[in-house]
Amino acid sequence: MPHPPAILAAEQISHVYTGPSGDVPALDHVSLGLSRESFVCLVGPSGCGKSTLLRILAGLLRPTAGRALLEGQPITRAQRRIGIIFQKSNLMPWRTVYSNLSLPLELAGVPVEEQARRTLAMLELTGLQNFAEAYPAELSGGMAQRVAIGRALIHDPEVLLLDEPFGALDALTREQMSEELLHIWARARKTVLMVTHSIPEAVLLADRVLVMSPRPGRIIADIEIPLLRPRSLDLLHRSDFVALTERLRRSIRAG
Amino acid sequence: MDHSAATGKQRRQTAAPELPTGRLHTSVALRAVEPRTTWWHWLLAPALGTILIVGWEALARSGLYADFIIPAPTTVAARWWAIASDGSLLRHAAVTLREVLTGLLIGVAAAFWLGYGIARSRLVAYTLTPYLVALQAVPIVAVAPLLIIWFGAGIASKVIICALLVFFPMLINTVLGMRSIPTDLRDLMESLEATPRQTFLYLELPAALPIVLSGLKVSATLAVIGAVVGEFVSASAGLGYLINFGRGIYDTPLVIAAVLTLTALALTLYGLTVLLERLLLGWQQAGHK
Ligand SMILES: Nc1ncnc2c1ncn2[C@@H]1O[C@H](COP(=O)(O)OP(=O)(O)OP(=O)(O)O)[C@@H](O)[C@H]1O
Ligand SMILES: [Mg+2]
Repeated sequence: MPHPPAILAAEQISHVYTGPSGDVPALDHVSLGLSRESFVCLVGPSGCGKSTLLRILAGLLRPTAGRALLEGQPITRAQRRIGIIFQKSNLMPWRTVYSNLSLPLELAGVPVEEQARRTLAMLELTGLQNFAEAYPAELSGGMAQRVAIGRALIHDPEVLLLDEPFGALDALTREQMSEELLHIWARARKTVLMVTHSIPEAVLLADRVLVMSPRPGRIIADIEIPLLRPRSLDLLHRSDFVALTERLRRSIRAG
Repeated sequence: MDHSAATGKQRRQTAAPELPTGRLHTSVALRAVEPRTTWWHWLLAPALGTILIVGWEALARSGLYADFIIPAPTTVAARWWAIASDGSLLRHAAVTLREVLTGLLIGVAAAFWLGYGIARSRLVAYTLTPYLVALQAVPIVAVAPLLIIWFGAGIASKVIICALLVFFPMLINTVLGMRSIPTDLRDLMESLEATPRQTFLYLELPAALPIVLSGLKVSATLAVIGAVVGEFVSASAGLGYLINFGRGIYDTPLVIAAVLTLTALALTLYGLTVLLERLLLGWQQAGHK
């Protein structure tokens, strides 16, 4: 790969699901590398294996062939250094916003005062100060997803994998959330791989966009997004932005 | 009209998932059609109760039936007071309560751990499921005499009957509760490198608690039935023994007094499980306020 040394990489990963209705090949020799602190988006048609790839990179699923690497070491099991955010906010309904945020710290045995300090800081970063004692059932979809993002960031993983984190939100909230994600990312620089269905969202957020073919998924295009940062929603109407979305759309259609 | 329909719907959503075995849940089902209430609505049920008791008293005093067939409420109350004040009611109730609580504890604990094992391990599930299904078909009540032969007429046989009756609803609820945990949350715990102990304490236990507690609610009343059945077959103490004894000497007021005490006992146990549910599952009310 022509990119600088990757913190997270996939090497010739193939995956076949074996089920009662026969074998389903989901991924076909996928290779990719994420350079440190880069923001990469992954787009592709529904069912092409994006979630499968993310689960393999997170160490939650063993690939049939090939391997995932974190700083050159094979990923054999899930680990704290790789945070993952799911399509649904996936909060624990019996825990308040505050204690949902602090869960990773509790599990890691972080001292109590340190937990409180970091949880309060995260409440502020995600703009949820006034909802610390609310339960997930009392939150809007966008707020719940912000808690999920905060929970994934709080124990400071080096890599963040996001699987359509805004998929369940309405278009307006979705735009706001992507802008907020940009702010959060600017402050807490992480290596991010994010699956999305939205082409403008991918162009707005990413340094690079990877395009996958229909199932079994392969990477069929790797498009640089040379737009300057910091970026904001104002970009959406600029001609270079529109040109990039057009280019991306064409390469998806070509697959 | 619309208003009452809406509150009815909300109530059903907030209620914990329940198995069809719940008997006392009729009260919840009936209340779902609750009309708009004013103060005098609360007087309707007590008024009906008063009328029925007065009617019963009148029927008993009419002389149409012998006293040992239909004793008057006042006679029953006097009999109840007599056994309550000489301490014998308390003694018998204490025996039954001990059987119920011990049986409940053993049955619930055994079912919970076995259910957990079945939900977590295919090996355990495949090994045990056929036997559990077969065992479930055994009418426990019919086995009571056998248990008395094996374990004697003392407290042990009743405890075992209680535990067996409680076992299946609890087992099924535990398995359902464990299986209802979303895979995404399991993945989250895995990616946070939670130990098996942490996964149990932070995820499995709280996630399964609503269904487990609704199993406990059903079990509490079942355990009372178990103890009484055991005492009917053979015993020298307990409220079931008291009922049997009263029947033998045609002391009908004693029989009714003991039945009423048993009902109070079952209701109290049920009330305690509801209280426990409120205490532990406060979060379920969130978002429905
Ligand atoms: N557990 C599983 N068992 C069998 N087949 C599966 C399983 N999970 C996914 N698949 C199949 O693998 C293929 C890829 O699934 P995957 O969820 O990775 O797609 P995706 O790109 O994330 O789709 P979407 O954009 O709709 O979320 C699909 O065809 C799906 O049917
Ligand atoms: Mg997916």
